[in-house]
Amino acid sequence: MAFKIIVCAKQVPDTNEIKIDPVKKTLIREGVPSILNHDDANALEEALKIKDQYPDTHITVLTMGPPQAKDMLMECLAMGADEGVLVSDRAVGGSDTWATSNVLAAAIHKIGEFDLIFAGRQAIDGDTAQVGPQLAEKLDLPQVTYVSEFHLDKNMKDITVKRALEDGYELIKIQTPCLLTAIKELNKPRYMSIHGIFGLKDKEIKVWNAKDIEVDLNTVGLDASPTNVFRSFTPVPKGKGKMIEADTEKEAAQKLLIELKAKHVI
Amino acid sequence: MNFQLTKEQELVRKMVREFAENEVEPIAAEIDKEHRFPIENVKKMGQYGLMGVPFPKEYGGAGGDHVSYAITIEELSRKCASTGVICSAHTSLCVWPIFAWGTEEQKQKYMIPLAKGEKLGAFGLTEPNAGTDAGGQQTRAVDMGDHWLLNGTKVFITNGGYADVFVVMAMTDKKKGTRGGITAFIVEKGFEGFSIGKTEEKMGICASSTTELIFQNCKVPKENVLGKVGEGFKVAMSTLEGGRIGIAAQALGIAQGAFDVTVEYMKSRKQFGKKLSQMEALQFEIAEMKTRIEAARLMVYRAADMKDRHIPYGPYSAMAKLFAAETAMYVTTKAVQLHGGYGYTKDYPVERMMRDAKITEIYEGTSEVQKIIIAASIFGK
Repeated sequence: MAFKIIVCAKQVPDTNEIKIDPVKKTLIREGVPSILNHDDANALEEALKIKDQYPDTHITVLTMGPPQAKDMLMECLAMGADEGVLVSDRAVGGSDTWATSNVLAAAIHKIGEFDLIFAGRQAIDGDTAQVGPQLAEKLDLPQVTYVSEFHLDKNMKDITVKRALEDGYELIKIQTPCLLTAIKELNKPRYMSIHGIFGLKDKEIKVWNAKDIEVDLNTVGLDASPTNVFRSFTPVPKGKGKMIEADTEKEAAQKLLIELKAKHVI
Repeated sequence: MNFQLTKEQELVRKMVREFAENEVEPIAAEIDKEHRFPIENVKKMGQYGLMGVPFPKEYGGAGGDHVSYAITIEELSRKCASTGVICSAHTSLCVWPIFAWGTEEQKQKYMIPLAKGEKLGAFGLTEPNAGTDAGGQQTRAVDMGDHWLLNGTKVFITNGGYADVFVVMAMTDKKKGTRGGITAFIVEKGFEGFSIGKTEEKMGICASSTTELIFQNCKVPKENVLGKVGEGFKVAMSTLEGGRIGIAAQALGIAQGAFDVTVEYMKSRKQFGKKLSQMEALQFEIAEMKTRIEAARLMVYRAADMKDRHIPYGPYSAMAKLFAAETAMYVTTKAVQLHGGYGYTKDYPVERMMRDAKITEIYEGTSEVQKIIIAASIFGK
């Protein structure tokens, strides 16, 4: 039986070209190009690598967003994914991570069987890293976040992953079905291919609304979202650290020790 | 009238631009300096379908169109004109004639690996005494019954040193002359009696391989005649008609690349207390450059679109090439000037771009040849 992967992806504004409204302190979205979120591209790439090795693997890319998110799904298909699903509905607009994972969980129920869900660690616009883990909980799946290396056994069941932590890593064995979140160290995403672009007409992008995925409308959208954003602001850059000047290294070390003791750091 | 690119064409631009920025641009100055053929990128271009953009998938192509092909060459050339011409000569001058004139067996054997980018193609028409006067072929092919025997020398062959498959013109009946006396052949690297001669030292497009082809009693199988015996001039001319779209797109890309870096330079360079971009005299130069580039782009895409629609496009590809090549020379010369002394050094890419631009006025039909073609479409031959 074909190995089935669902990749969760998000269309985000390109942060290289982003500007902040100086008065409102919010992102200026007009005229900013939209891109496939970086970590999600890594998730898709890993799925495509499985497909390179096992060509009957089937990859569905799932996203929630406005109608133009279809453009991002087209790019995912041109990279090699088999089909796209866009959940787009005013009723789900303004969802926070909790509400978003409700929508995605309902969409995945509708997609049906799968062996593996791959998501990016986090989106560059919200930076929460919550949707992947929440989705795993709601689907009652084991999960590993921050995946920097991935290996699927020939039995198509056993997976070994390296989970990157700030001060080291964990090697974890996990079995399908499960949910993994990818970080950029995992791989280098491929480009679209020209034959992929001209094969788009043979691939399908399904567009579903809230009714299609039979989600409880009380659990999605802005009103159902428990998160409130109080204020967005650009953090003030930290000033340069204090440089200690001395003639010799020994003298500099002594001065440093005195400073640190004075501040009760040591 | 519709000036919108299709969704697919837009994605092609996005894809090739990303590829060119990430893979081509970082080595462009280095391969120019070292005169090194970028074999690693040519391989990647094959994997991503860039070496067979306008051909059907059943023959190894990407299933695209000629507008997408023009965009591909434009975007590659925007960062590296050598990489652009490697792709253009391969696609337009080798894969296309096999696609258009080849038998089913020839397409299966040669076109599929070429269009997939597993093999590289080249085209041999020009000779020491047959440049613009392409009919003056001195390479001879003699029918030996079970094979043909080729003797002669080709010069200035793009991709010569790295190609696996060559479409080669040779005189098969001198009495019949240009029309009826020339035949096209498919020659493989490694055929007995076929070797690569000297590699040219060029002013520009230094990372492309330009060589002689030497045929000394080269045995070519009967089934490798491309088209019919005596149809070689038609094969060559129809091939060059399409090839001009590729070179016009290359010229367009060079101009756009030089324009882009010049605009950025003018935004940062200050003289007399203000930025170059704030000086009206220089703004006028940029306005002129931009206008010519946009006009060239419309002409190049139009010629490609006509080819896609199977409308006779000969004079249109000639006009596109003539204008785009002159635009490339104009824009790159201005770009160097706007960079001042820095523009004359190899620390900035406009110096390379200006050297690269010149060839677009010469190869695949000089600007003068394009004018002959255009005039013939007005007054008749």
